[in-house]
Amino acid sequence: MLDPQGKAVENALGDIGLASIKNVRQGKYFTLEVDENDEIKASKIVKSSCEKLLANQTIENFKFNKI
Amino acid sequence: MKANVIVFPGSNCDRDVQVALEKFQIQTTMVWHQDNEMPKSDLVVLPGGFSYGDYLRCGSMASKSNIMNEVIKHANQGGYLIGICNGFQILTETGLLPGALLRNKKLKFICKYVDLLIENNSTPFTSKYKKNEKIKVPIAHNEGNYFADEKTLNELKNNNQIVLKYCDENSNVNDEGNPNGSCLNIAGIINKKNNVIGMMPHPERCVENILGGTDGSGIFQSLLN
Repeated sequence: MLDPQGKAVENALGDIGLASIKNVRQGKYFTLEVDENDEIKASKIVKSSCEKLLANQTIENFKFNKI
Repeated sequence: MKANVIVFPGSNCDRDVQVALEKFQIQTTMVWHQDNEMPKSDLVVLPGGFSYGDYLRCGSMASKSNIMNEVIKHANQGGYLIGICNGFQILTETGLLPGALLRNKKLKFICKYVDLLIENNSTPFTSKYKKNEKIKVPIAHNEGNYFADEKTLNELKNNNQIVLKYCDENSNVNDEGNPNGSCLNIAGIINKKNNVIGMMPHPERCVENILGGTDGSGIFQSLLN
């Protein structure tokens, strides 16, 4: 899938002498606080937030981890 | 005929659509996105603009607005639903239409008249046009680059769901006539049930000669049939 922003960033990286970098894709990063002590439950809530709103799975993948 | 135009925070073509609808004697009510109900209507319009400031993804948050439950119900009951520009983006985010609208290939906001080919004139929105008729309608968007996977594109083709395609001035569907990099030069598609259409071009902006053209009129005239 074409990622025009990633492509523009890739070209700019080439311009500053980092031409060995290929296939740049730009994405989004969210930090979430979940009011839930149970880690499994919290993880389900986060997964649901990705599926229902944060990511559009027609064009985006998502992954999440605890920090 | 009665229409509801949904107004989101950041909609900016809502009143243009109202003026266009009323020009064709379509009785129009503006409905705020937080409402839980709307008057019964034959047509619902999701207008262009920048709902929720285009935050997250264009149309993503508008697609979760209260009123969208009613809009989806209206569409599922066979009511006409049209999404123009940001409205098209909202329709893909709700899943009422397949695919997604990505950043324009050249990363520029494009605001100009483009040539479009009427690929399918057997829809309630395009019956006043001839098949393969070329019309000139303005676009104004940053994210109009239609994307869908190969399987979906084949389905759209096979089911005759591609309604409008970008073309050059000689009606050729080619890269030269494709302003934003859309797959198959797609400018507008319809659902399988033939009652929900999404299009990036703005027909409401060309229904008066004083505005530069009237090629958009056919969309509203078709609805009156």
